[in-house]
Amino acid sequence: MIIVEDIHKSFGDTEVLKGISTCFDKGKTNLIIGQSGSGKTVFLKCLLGLHRPEQGKIVYNDRAYADMDEDQRTELRQEMGMVFQGSALFDSMTVIENVMFPLRMFSKLSKNEMAERASIVLERVNLVDANNKLPSEISGGMQKRVAIARAIVNKPKYLFCDEPNSGLDPKTAIVIDNLIHEITQEYNITTIINTHDMNSVMEIGEKIVFLKDGYKEWEGTNKEIFKTDNEAVTNFVYSSDLFKKVRDTYLKEGN
Amino acid sequence: MIYIENFGRYFIMLKEVFSRHTKWSMLKNLIFKEIDDLIYGSLGIIIFISFFIGGVVAIQTALNIDNPLIPKYLVGFTTRQSVILEFAPTFTSIIMAGKVGSYITSSIGTMRVTEQIDALEVMGVNSLNYLVFPKIVALMLYPFVIAIAMYMGILGGWIAAVFGGYSTSAEFIKGLQVDFNTFHVIYAFTKTIVFAFILATIPSFYGYYMKGGALEVGKASTSSFVWTSVAIIIANYLLTQMLLG
Repeated sequence: MIIVEDIHKSFGDTEVLKGISTCFDKGKTNLIIGQSGSGKTVFLKCLLGLHRPEQGKIVYNDRAYADMDEDQRTELRQEMGMVFQGSALFDSMTVIENVMFPLRMFSKLSKNEMAERASIVLERVNLVDANNKLPSEISGGMQKRVAIARAIVNKPKYLFCDEPNSGLDPKTAIVIDNLIHEITQEYNITTIINTHDMNSVMEIGEKIVFLKDGYKEWEGTNKEIFKTDNEAVTNFVYSSDLFKKVRDTYLKEGN
Repeated sequence: MIYIENFGRYFIMLKEVFSRHTKWSMLKNLIFKEIDDLIYGSLGIIIFISFFIGGVVAIQTALNIDNPLIPKYLVGFTTRQSVILEFAPTFTSIIMAGKVGSYITSSIGTMRVTEQIDALEVMGVNSLNYLVFPKIVALMLYPFVIAIAMYMGILGGWIAAVFGGYSTSAEFIKGLQVDFNTFHVIYAFTKTIVFAFILATIPSFYGYYMKGGALEVGKASTSSFVWTSVAIIIANYLLTQMLLG
């Protein structure tokens, strides 16, 4: 579980996050949504410890980030897995080497045990026969699977994903969404996804936090988002006719 | 103001490079890879340039000696002094600032743009130690490259002088041996170690702290070459004043 209390973050004179408080539950797929420039990425980077908020508190399972020393922060980071928007796979390493990387860095497993663990994880993300390929030799969807495999290989407690299905075709995007959702439940981890994709919101958003201009405008579940009358949320989520129709049908049928 | 800020950031970066070390089993492989990329991969161009520079120095010296009272062995003497004191350590390092420096900046800069550095940080890896420390260790072998450059420069001078008819082999070799001062070689290698450190760290600084996209990677490589060259030239002046002055 991650608890966020009143965090503020500025860059120069621009205040990007203006006092956000929320809570992300364990074993749930939590989504952060909002327009471009609303502060989603900065918020995610604060949760990852890549940006330090000037004010406020982030608590990871009863451990406040601000109270930790450098060694404790390093330990905490080893409990985190991250899927970057562009996958961020290491170009010079093969698929299996990328997945084994966190194990090579931090585990005491033998080389065979690491390879075995990496293969199991790759199989879990439905990626077989690509072990010895370089990231440049596989498709965007496959790169995302490798990034997910790398993020979960060290059995993290927290999984962060920055727009995991951007640049993917709709079918592959749904597959990636479902994969992350399944892994969240299977490994019982706290997953936080930063997304623009309304399919993800409808399909896997067990908790949704909507940001607007650096504030938390709304939060709720994917069921509640159909019923909300918050204008900012409805303008953003139901900006396309298709989603308006989906919402109308949902409300008419009552489920 | 930005120069002072960068100067401070550079030293903060160095502190981070030497802290929170990467596991030795990983580091070992990274060091060998960097030796292959930075040292072994540069030998060809260094040998080629040194050989011809040595030849040009010998020919120009010979063509400028028109007084019969000046001994012919001066061609070998001048070639040796020029190559050992300046051409091999300094001239080669400026070339390396272009070749190795821009490679380091663009590779680290690309890792920054594609979020690979963020990925390292999120995993709890000290990205500066992981990326820069192996380069510093690998470039500590740079004096061996310079030793080869010295040898090839003098060989180039000997071939140009003897086969160009400017000097006999015996005169040239006599010139190489006249007033030989071992401290000049120590001075050259001391400079080389300082230059190696500059070559590893300044391009890394420009790559690591770059912001933006592919265009900025190119701009960072250019800035890296300019400032690495400037640092080498200033360090060359200061070391010469300290060690020979």
